[in-house]
Amino acid sequence: ASCVQYRLVVRDASTLQLLQLYTCLDQIQYVEWSSDSLFILCAMYKRGVVQVWSLEQPDWHCKIDEGSAGLVASCWSPDGRHILNTTEFHLRITVWSLCTKSVSYIKYPKACQQGIAFTKDGRYMAVAERRDCKDFVSIFVCSDWQLLRHFDTETQDLFGIEWAPNGCVLAVWDTCLEYKILLYSLDGRLLSTYRAYEWSLGIKSIAWSPSSQFLAIGSYDEKVRILNHVTWKKITEFEHPATIANTKTIVYKEVEKSPSVETERLSFPPARALASSLFSTQSKYDISEVPVSLQYIKPVADRANPKMGIGMLAFSPDNCFLATKNDNIPNAVWIWDIQKLKLFVVLEQLCAIQSFQWDPRQPRLAVCTGNSKVYLWSPAGCVAVQVPVEGDFQIVSLSWHSSGDSMALLSKDNFCVCYLEREEV
Amino acid sequence: MGDWKTITVPVLSSDSENIFQYTSGKKISPPGMNSQVLRLPLPSSKSMHSFFSAFCTEENIEQSVSYLDRELTTLGFPSIYVESKGKELNLISIINCMNELLVLQHKNLRAQEEVEMQHLKLGSDMDHLQNCYAKLKEQLELSKREIVGLQERDRQLQSKNRNLHQLLKNEKDEVQKLQNIISSRATQYNHDMKRKEREYNKLKERLHQLVMNKKDKKIAMEVLNYVGRADGKRGAWRTDKTEARNEEEMYKVLLSDYEQRQKQLLVENAELKKVLQQMKKEIISLLPPQKQKPKERCEDGPVLSDLEEDTGELSKENMWELSCETVREQLTNSIRKQWRMLKNHVEKLDNQVSRVHSGALNGKDVISREDHELETEKLELEIQQCKEMIKTQQQLLQQQLMSPCDDDTTLLLQDCYLLEERERLQEEWGLFREQKKNFEKERRSFTEAAIRLGLERKAFEEDRGAWLKQQFLSSDQDNRLVKSTPQQRKLHCMLSGPVSAEPCQTSQYITRDSSSAASEKPAGDSKPNQWEESDHEGTD
Repeated sequence: ASCVQYRLVVRDASTLQLLQLYTCLDQIQYVEWSSDSLFILCAMYKRGVVQVWSLEQPDWHCKIDEGSAGLVASCWSPDGRHILNTTEFHLRITVWSLCTKSVSYIKYPKACQQGIAFTKDGRYMAVAERRDCKDFVSIFVCSDWQLLRHFDTETQDLFGIEWAPNGCVLAVWDTCLEYKILLYSLDGRLLSTYRAYEWSLGIKSIAWSPSSQFLAIGSYDEKVRILNHVTWKKITEFEHPATIANTKTIVYKEVEKSPSVETERLSFPPARALASSLFSTQSKYDISEVPVSLQYIKPVADRANPKMGIGMLAFSPDNCFLATKNDNIPNAVWIWDIQKLKLFVVLEQLCAIQSFQWDPRQPRLAVCTGNSKVYLWSPAGCVAVQVPVEGDFQIVSLSWHSSGDSMALLSKDNFCVCYLEREEV
Repeated sequence: MGDWKTITVPVLSSDSENIFQYTSGKKISPPGMNSQVLRLPLPSSKSMHSFFSAFCTEENIEQSVSYLDRELTTLGFPSIYVESKGKELNLISIINCMNELLVLQHKNLRAQEEVEMQHLKLGSDMDHLQNCYAKLKEQLELSKREIVGLQERDRQLQSKNRNLHQLLKNEKDEVQKLQNIISSRATQYNHDMKRKEREYNKLKERLHQLVMNKKDKKIAMEVLNYVGRADGKRGAWRTDKTEARNEEEMYKVLLSDYEQRQKQLLVENAELKKVLQQMKKEIISLLPPQKQKPKERCEDGPVLSDLEEDTGELSKENMWELSCETVREQLTNSIRKQWRMLKNHVEKLDNQVSRVHSGALNGKDVISREDHELETEKLELEIQQCKEMIKTQQQLLQQQLMSPCDDDTTLLLQDCYLLEERERLQEEWGLFREQKKNFEKERRSFTEAAIRLGLERKAFEEDRGAWLKQQFLSSDQDNRLVKSTPQQRKLHCMLSGPVSAEPCQTSQYITRDSSSAASEKPAGDSKPNQWEESDHEGTD
């Protein structure tokens, strides 16, 4: 599904054929599929209206109007039948039910980045709240929206919450002014607190490993600390220095190679394919000899939210690798081998990395850096793929298909789908 | 004594030049007594003459003689005058006096030489000492200067050290101050934040109220139709039951997670234990047998027995999959012990190997080799000695046998020998008789068996004869001759079956019987068959 201004366009994933076309009242800001892929919600924040469309029945429609409460965020519940709207100024979260047309309210939600978290199996929802200058976490049962547990957290200013994939542990971390991460069990007991240091800027990003064995914490001091699920103590620290000296690390450097154009072949007007290849530079990967020094950027010291520290963390689905990005070295992706707890590969790109995402089925990482190439890495090697498009196509973000066979590459105005061939085994 | 001042006394001065002056001048001036008589140079003969003539001239002989006498007497010499008469010189006493004076002169000269030697020595010592003193003084000066220099450096370094300490302290203080500043600012910010948040909350509340007031009009949801729940269930009321159920479910989820984890841990634990046990067994097998060194045996004896106990216990434990702490500790402790022993053993081996490789043969090895050689030599010697002893013994024996000794002793000896022999013979006879009895028994049993067999055979032969007759009768036109031989052979084979079971001798015995039995057969073709049979039997 994609939205263009105020239209919602639904296409088939494998053929990109147009299936449905819906028109909404206003410019759509946010689109989300329901978990069973039967409904799509389109949120229009300016109007404060959410419209829901059905894929099976194009005539079915639903409109949720928040009115003067305004709308800041909207999302589906895991069962695909409830919509949670966060009103303006985070006054409350309204739970609209599509089955019963009933409404529930959750008061005093916290205005933070990740205030709502659902467990992987969709049974429980954790909501961060703040009352009387204190942070609380409420756990609701998604089936009937009953409050299960309500407990306070020892954080100064809760920044985010995230469930472990096994649904039994909730990680709660504090604002970046305080390095503090708390781990709560499903029934609200505090399991452990971890605090690496004081005073310096703290946690920037966290990621759970798919088996819930490890919790990776990326912080502003350019280090990733890994906690294990048995003792909740740090088992190792990953540093991201600007110079890589370890000989066992493979460093792939993106190198541009300008295509050799034979002047004799040039014809006027130039053929389309030739034109695109003339202006776009191909690039390939070279293995650099260790020691390698990467481009290090020191951010301006007197600005808030400085671009330093570990900004992106992602575990591979087979629990073997961890991909990180150090915002001080924006052109490199660091891939760590979790089985050996060592740095495995570093991908050095020419431009700053915009985003990366693991293939949901295999240990394959797709990276985009804002140019028209998508880079794929797997333990077998890495490859740079040019998007065959005329003109500029700056990939800003990408998203894998759940089967791992294709991925959507998004730029500002367009998107394309990249299909990956399966290996004949 | 005042007299001799007036008399001209030729001064014995140190310089011969003075003497020359004096003598050339020929003046008899009273130069005055020189108490310093340092040198007494032997003047030359000429000067001596003139010197002597200066003292005593023709005019003052008597005066000089009397003066000399007085001097000599004062010095303790006998008078040169004759005792009774005055003014008559006693030549003998004069000569004696002269001799004495000469002796004295020699002594004095020697003394003077000695003194001069000493003087020279002392002078050189003094020079030496002065030089040493000068050198030492210089050294002292140098060392003093050095000390001063070092002290100066020491002072500088100390002051530097103090400065650095001070700097360090300052830095620490600054750091502490900054930390305090940070913490105070943080608390201040927190306080401010809280204040602002409270304000904000108030605003939110207000806004919420306003929004809620308008709720009925605007906030609504339009749905075309109700949508069924994803899982098809109907909506349920929220009651206490549901609450309880939710709690239950939550706990179930938690418990299942814990159980899963525990299972995984158990599996891991069991695997690790297996690996540890395997390792332990292998370590035990790797360690060398502790036979040679009794010390180690004492140490390992109880350990090994412990190990055996451990293995026994642990195997039992593993069977039941218990894991109490004591068992765990035992296993780990025993593995640690074994590992240490193995490590020591490997270290020893390494040392030995390094010694061998370095080529520096230890005394031990050399000695051992020498020992070996010595031992082999010893053994050879021993062998030789033994051989010699044997030879001598043989000789002695022969001598004994051949030598004519006393009749009694020979008789006695013979008797002894005979007795011995007789006893031996009797024993052997006894054995022989027993064996004979056994053989007799066996033979009897065999004969009985043979008789039985013969009877059986006879019966069998009769049956066979009957059967053959039947065959003949039944198959008249057939080729009897051709068939009879293989049949007979078959029958012979059947016969040989039971025969081969018995011992060879008896089988031969019986073959003869069988052959004799076969020969009794009425059939005329049996003879060639006999041959075949005997051959056949022979191959048995």
